Order: sequence, then structure tokens, then C-alpha cells
Amino acid sequence: MEHKLTFKEYSEALKEDRLLGLKCQECGAITVPPRITCSKCQGTELEVVQLSGKGTIQTFTTIYVPPEGREAEAPYVVVLVELDEGPWLMGNLGGVDPTKVTMDIIGKRVKVGHAIFPGDKFSAGELVRPLFSLED
Amino acid sequence: MRKVAVVGVGMTKFTGAQSKTAVELFAEAAMDAIAESNIKPRDIQALFVGNALSDIAEGQAQVQVFAADYLGLDHVPANRYENACASSSAAFRDAVMWVASGAFDIVLVGGTETAAKMGTPLATRTFAAASDSRYEYPCGLTFPGVFALLTHLYSRKYSIPLERLKRQMAQVSINSHYYGARNPKAQFRKEITMDDVFNSIMVAQPLQLYDCCPFSDGASAVVLACEEKAKKLSDKPVYVVGLGQASSGNLASQKDYLPRLIARELSAKQAYSMAGLSPKDIDVIELHDCFSIATLIALESLGFFEFGKSGEAVERGETKIGGKIAVNPSGGLKAKGHPIGATGTAQVYEIVKQLRGECGERQVEGAKIGMTDTLGGDGGTICNAILARGW
Repeated sequence: MEHKLTFKEYSEALKEDRLLGLKCQECGAITVPPRITCSKCQGTELEVVQLSGKGTIQTFTTIYVPPEGREAEAPYVVVLVELDEGPWLMGNLGGVDPTKVTMDIIGKRVKVGHAIFPGDKFSAGELVRPLFSLED
Repeated sequence: MRKVAVVGVGMTKFTGAQSKTAVELFAEAAMDAIAESNIKPRDIQALFVGNALSDIAEGQAQVQVFAADYLGLDHVPANRYENACASSSAAFRDAVMWVASGAFDIVLVGGTETAAKMGTPLATRTFAAASDSRYEYPCGLTFPGVFALLTHLYSRKYSIPLERLKRQMAQVSINSHYYGARNPKAQFRKEITMDDVFNSIMVAQPLQLYDCCPFSDGASAVVLACEEKAKKLSDKPVYVVGLGQASSGNLASQKDYLPRLIARELSAKQAYSMAGLSPKDIDVIELHDCFSIATLIALESLGFFEFGKSGEAVERGETKIGGKIAVNPSGGLKAKGHPIGATGTAQVYEIVKQLRGECGERQVEGAKIGMTDTLGGDGGTICNAILARGW
């Protein structure tokens, strides 16, 4: 079975700050990141759609003890965002002082951008990640 | 399906970085389990080994076949299970199924890990490999980070102010260290205070060092036998009466349930259903307290307390020996240690010892039925087992 949207295609779009998802033609649910079937109904009639890239912070953490190779990034903020289309997406939060973020950040509106993780000996190359910023 | 019993258990002391190899550690635990079972290595018909990281920690893939050879088990199939922190629980479940099926009468199952040896930066990196490498690790996600995200979700969902929740979580760690101090096999044999928890370094906000289990080296092993053999080998066979295992995708994909981990609820339901038992029947549980908040989440999903209420129960002492449900009398992952591939069968080790009444000052008096709960990754794998006295 062919993929409607591959990891590579999704990543290449995110590098242009375009967040792609899959809309199920059977139940209407949005699946993001891509899967070969609908995340709600396991349907296979999926169409690639561009998402708004906007959503609301649901939770956060500030990482102080990073994995090997990421020491220069710490401390940094990781968030789970509920996209306006429904799914949750993990990303980093930029434009804030990581040491000052509190639970007050939860519920704030954000928009997606991207950052590159250049990769390490385990990661099979460079990877792109959502980098959210607070909406004005 | 035939009834299956644990007839012998063994485990090494769990420690920080030490000099033995993963094979040596496994063999130590295995020989203790074999000796307790009144069998010889030649009586074993299959080997199941949980191990997550030996490829990276020691450059050793196929650790299970080298363990088999070291033990003199060249005649058996030896297979490895990699389910992150639940590796040996997955191995245990399959081993029970193979004996229950009639394919084997006596098997050896366990786990081994030398994670502390890697040091914190590399261990943090390799543990994080059990999260979604494509879509979540690029953000720099760590395992303390996963449970830190869940802590804030928990605080919001159940309207428990973070300061209050953190005191409840600290009490979980204090309890673990209290029992760890009474377990000769534990990595940390020292009690801690609320101040110790709150004065420890921040790992992933709001989780501090004493909210987190350590990196550990160690191994554990159990011998399983079919009922007919078990009755001949042991006066105190412990029967495996319930088993469950379920799976999930990455953390964001679990959004409909968080901070609950749905795989646990599915797995526990399987285990209770197979055993024909309910949470009120369980006398003692070894559950996956990789982080203090993880205990609160687990206690609720396993059915011991209402959602959002387990922190209060911990504060009231209901999770200590003599309370409603004795939780982690071994000291749990927090104080006993967490050599990840070895953790699942080390939980079985503790439950078997508890049911046999061999736990000294950390004994849950009269325990007849015990349960294990092991989590791999960010809820990717969750396994449960229910064990019962066979005498």
C-alpha cells in the first residue's frame, strides 16, 4: 500500500513552516504526524491537507538535564500543543526564558515554526522539529 | 492452557556503575533461581531474556545467547525481548505462555542491564530512544521530561495545585526510600526527608532528582514450571494467575487519555479478567515508579484509588504496609534501582518472596496475592501480572 504522506515529505514541509496532516475521507478526523491509516477509524482513504499550525498549549516542561549531545540547548522548553484541528503535537517553545515558564503558560495560543536537530550518531541524520511561538 | 508456577527466583543487588558484564550479572541471578528451583541448568528448555541497551552499553547484541552459553544452556532456544523498561515483563509473559501451551515444562526468564555504566548523558540519550525518534525525540524529550509533562497535566485535570501535588509526590519517594533502606538488594538503603526531595536539583520541571529513579546495573531471573513439575520442585509454588500487556504510540497520540496511560488500563483489565480477581483482592503490588508522579497515575489506573485521589491516599499512609494496598515494599524503582531490562522480573522476585513470607522487616504479613506493573517508554508497553500462593 502506498503512503499518502511520508516522514520525509512531512519533514520537508515542516522545514518550510508548513504543517501537513492527513484528513480521513471516511470519518473526517485529522491525523498528524502521518500514519498509513486514520488515527481515529483506521480508514485508508486519506487526503493530504495543510493545517493551520495554530493551537493551544496543554502542558510543558523545562528540561535541565539533557541527553548526550544536547547540552548546549539546555535548559529548553518542551510543550504538547492541541492543534486547532484536534490532534496534539509535541514541539519546543521559543521566545521565552525557559527558567521563567510556569503553569500559567498552559492555555496560551501558539503558532508553529520549526528548528533543526542536526542529529547524532543514533538519529540517522538531521531531523526537524516543531518550534512553537506565542501568538501576539 | 496449563497452570504455570514460579518455582525459583534470583536477583543481584541493584547498584550504580560496577564492573561486571550484563552476562555475568544475569548468570548470578539465574544460578540463584536455578538453585532455589532444585533443578540443574540442563533441565531448562528455553531462555527468555529482557534487555534494552546492551548493544550500546557494551557493544553486545544477542546478549541472551552469550548468557545461555555462559550458563551451559547451549541446548535451548534463547530469545531477547526489548520493550524498554518493561523488557523482562514482556519476556515473562511470553515465557508463561510457552509453558502454559505445553511446548515447554521448565524455562528460565529474566533480565539484565548495565545502564549506570553508561553515565548520565549517554543513558539519558539511550533511554530517550524509547520515545518516538522521528516526531518527539527531536524536541530533546527525555524520560523525566515525559513524566514532567504528565505532572502538569495531572495537576490541571484534577485541580490539585502543583505545590500540593509535589508534596504528595515527594511522599511517594520518601516511602520508597523507607522500604529500600530495609531491602539488602536495594541500590539506595537510606531514608530521605521532604527537605531532601525539595532541595534536590531540578531535572525536568517540576521533577527534581528525588522524584526520579536512578540509572542502575543489575539482573533478575525466575524459573517457571508447569503445575505437574512445580508440585515436585517446590513446597511453595507461586502461580501466575493473570497476565496483561498492551501498547500505545507516542505521547501526543495518547491525548484522549493523558495523564492516564491507556495501555495500563487495557493491560490491567486483561490481567484481572484472566485471574477472575479485582483490585480489592490484591495484597501487595510492585508498580512502575520510574518517577514519583508515575506511582499516582498507576495506582488509579490499576483500580486502587479514584482518579485524582491517590496522592491523598499516599499522604494518609494507605500505600504503606498495613494500608489499603502495600505498594513497592522492595523500595520500588526509586530506591531498589532500575536496571531497566531487569526490572520486570525483579518485581516478580519481590512478589514471590512476599507471598512466601521471606521479606523480613519489609514483609507484608499474610500476603496471598500480589501484582506487578511495568511500563516501557512513554506508555508504549505496559505489562501486568498477578501471582498467587499455590499452597
